[in-house]
Amino acid sequence: MSDLAASSFVRQDLVAERPAPVKTTGFVGFVRTRLLNSPTNILLTVLGLLLVWYTVIPTIKFLLVDAVWSGKDRTACLAENAGRPVGACWPFIQAKFTQLFYGFYPEVERWRVNLTFALGAVLLLPLLIPRLPAKGVNAGLFFFAFPAVAFFLLHGGGITGFGVSWVASLLQLFADSISGAGELLIGLSKTSAAGPLLWAIGSIIALVGTLLHWVIFPLTWLRDQMLAAGQGPWLDFAITAVIVSVILFVLGGGTRAGSRPLIASLATFAGMAAVIKLMGLDRGGLPIVDTRLWGGLLVTLVIAITGIVASLPIGVALALGRRSTIPLIRIFSITYIEFWRGVPLITVLFFATYMLPLFLPGNFTVDGLVRALIGVSLFTGAYQAENLRGGLAAVPRGQGEAASALGLSWWKTTSLIVLPQALRHVIPAIVNSFISLFKDTSLVSIVALFDLLGSLRASFADPVWTTPSTAFTGFAFIGIIYFIFCFGMSRYSLFVEHRLNAHRRN
Amino acid sequence: MGVEARKPPPQLALKLRRALGGKAGWNGVAVQLVFGAILAWIAYEIISNARTNLETQHIAAGFGFLKNSASFDVNQTLISYSGSDTYFRVFVVGILNTLLVSVVGIFFATVIGFVVALCRLSPNWLVSRVGGLYVEAIRNLPLLFQILFWYLAVLAALPAPRQSVSIFSAFFLNNRGVIVPSPLAQPGLVPFLAMLALGLVASLALRSYARRALFAQGRAIRIWPYVLTLLVGLPLVTMLVFGLPITFEFPQLKGFNFAGGARIIPELVALTVGLSTYTAAFIAEIVRAGILSVHKGQMEAGSSLGLSRGATLRLIVVPQAMRVIVPPLTNQYLNLTKNSSLAVAIGYPDLVSVFAGTALSQTGQAIEIIAMTMGVYLLTSLVTSAIMSVYGWRISRSLGA
Repeated sequence: MSDLAASSFVRQDLVAERPAPVKTTGFVGFVRTRLLNSPTNILLTVLGLLLVWYTVIPTIKFLLVDAVWSGKDRTACLAENAGRPVGACWPFIQAKFTQLFYGFYPEVERWRVNLTFALGAVLLLPLLIPRLPAKGVNAGLFFFAFPAVAFFLLHGGGITGFGVSWVASLLQLFADSISGAGELLIGLSKTSAAGPLLWAIGSIIALVGTLLHWVIFPLTWLRDQMLAAGQGPWLDFAITAVIVSVILFVLGGGTRAGSRPLIASLATFAGMAAVIKLMGLDRGGLPIVDTRLWGGLLVTLVIAITGIVASLPIGVALALGRRSTIPLIRIFSITYIEFWRGVPLITVLFFATYMLPLFLPGNFTVDGLVRALIGVSLFTGAYQAENLRGGLAAVPRGQGEAASALGLSWWKTTSLIVLPQALRHVIPAIVNSFISLFKDTSLVSIVALFDLLGSLRASFADPVWTTPSTAFTGFAFIGIIYFIFCFGMSRYSLFVEHRLNAHRRN
Repeated sequence: MGVEARKPPPQLALKLRRALGGKAGWNGVAVQLVFGAILAWIAYEIISNARTNLETQHIAAGFGFLKNSASFDVNQTLISYSGSDTYFRVFVVGILNTLLVSVVGIFFATVIGFVVALCRLSPNWLVSRVGGLYVEAIRNLPLLFQILFWYLAVLAALPAPRQSVSIFSAFFLNNRGVIVPSPLAQPGLVPFLAMLALGLVASLALRSYARRALFAQGRAIRIWPYVLTLLVGLPLVTMLVFGLPITFEFPQLKGFNFAGGARIIPELVALTVGLSTYTAAFIAEIVRAGILSVHKGQMEAGSSLGLSRGATLRLIVVPQAMRVIVPPLTNQYLNLTKNSSLAVAIGYPDLVSVFAGTALSQTGQAIEIIAMTMGVYLLTSLVTSAIMSVYGWRISRSLGA
């Protein structure tokens, strides 16, 4: 036994106290572990510090410390007058502020711009906060009512007719065009080799045109009667409201579905009537401000918001079309999407500016801003479609199949089951494409529209403010504006992504 | 003895219905007919309106104008061009200039993008923050804003040629552009290039031989000394025998301007800087996401097999990351090429600027010119996406195997 005790070792004294481990928390620990833990890292830290020293410090110095804060013209911002190195020339921004925000929008009418933006903000903010109720009404107001109200606020003008007149004019245009095509073919048949065939097709098309004329005759007759009566749009409005409400009531299931659709429709029309009355649209509305006078941030936001609002429906339609099994529709959607995604936006804007007017009837001129809007919407729609396609693919097949098993039609399956889930999936991607859309609005300055960037470039031409620091000041100012919008949107997209992935966190 | 399985009925009517109208059957056919009629009507309206509008503006439709003399000058051409050349030559000049700025931009964007991505992944807090700051600042500002900033603010603030900023007395920065030494070809150039090509081909062959030996027989052959000899030694020997392949003519300040050297126009400088720094921010995010997508366990498994850190990165992490990186990276290259059309804002003579800009305003042939311009970009992107789908197919095949 003692043998064993002798061979074992039992320590007689205490182990010497070791020094405390290196501190890895707190500021010192942080510096030690994240900045100076190896020779390479020390080198990198020094390089990083040098970089910061030579970029961030001069920027702050330029923007704040050396800046000139008041003055009337360029003399205040010249180094020889200030007697010190001169940084940002902020009086230049003060002088050009209205130009950068409103362009040449008349001063007395600027409240309309402010009111529009305030209205937009009031409608948009609750839409962005997930916790607030009534998203449907809110989205309806923002995506449908707001654009119409904003148009009459910003552009001005009134309405002479309403639904009946518009539909009648549109259908008449359509019927005229078809009759014209038929007559053209009949005319061609006299000289062409395939004369009889052309004549037959032409006659059929002309007959269709004539038939259409007779079918829409009640509408056109009603419109002419109302025009002759000269009552303004109110009678037309009432007739439209009645017709639309009755159609909705019948299509919505009549009395079986209760009176909800009817009440909703009537409430919508009452709202429209209130807006028309309030803005005096029936009596000519507000004075018209030509879009050539618009400029600055106003144009940037108008293009961005129109692009956002218009590109979503285009994108939904194209994404559904691309997944459709009907050959022609699928081929059309694929061609459309790949075409617009394959060309740069600037060529699209050139297309909208130079080619679109050639495609429209000669007596039909399109405003320069509207052309750019059409180009931007068509272009962004294709990108939105690809985003949405990803979302549609992410909805499990079983969802659609379950809906079919319940007896829902294709339209109901899509609009009630598949699309809502798909949209939720792709909100971050959609917001990201809104960011690129917002950045891309600056391109319209190339086709002679004065957006924020275009107005800035125009303001550089002013000889009253030519100083060495003018260009840097201007770019710094609008850079901050662009950054605030884009950064805000990207943070919002991160927030939504985080919220949508809440169930995956652990 | 057993009962033969019966063939399924041909169901020709069903197949026909599916082919014509998809799942919706005859309803789908009806929808298609209506849709086709609407498309035909729109096409008819467009064509008839365009015809009447062109007639009233006295513009002859067609591509005949391409043979006419362009009679305007272009301030940077890669092929010989003068005002008496045709519009078709303008078109080619524009395409070449677009290609030039795209290739240079792609090179710098890749370099900057990978550096920034490594910065963002660095364990060093300060460096990763600087990388993050770069990405956030660049991505949240419009590209056109950045190009104009470089062109109107930075390059315009450079001094006049007499006070140029000199770098090693070889490069001069001033508000007229960047003056660089111009290379002059010497008689030794042809043998030098030939030897370089020979060395390249030989080392590629050597590499494939070594790989085959490794995979087939497990024999590791060290080839780098031979490759080095082939790639560096051989051209050096050629240089000693035939003389220098190129000499540089250095710019000299004479009077108010520079003699000798080559001038890179400021538009090209601003466009390249803007495009490459902008795209680099996106590339950095793609590379970072790609490297982070490789699971940590891969690296640990590699080191537990006894591979060195470098070998683990080279053989295990990078090949897996590349699968994630390459498709969006190609997309960014394509975006850069498309974004080079912003040249029109600062007057760099790219395709959009000289052809869809100047040539369009001179001839008024809007339809033909814009269709040709769009066609060039469309072709580029369709070809690229075709190549990428082949690549994606190969990757999915290798992952499935």
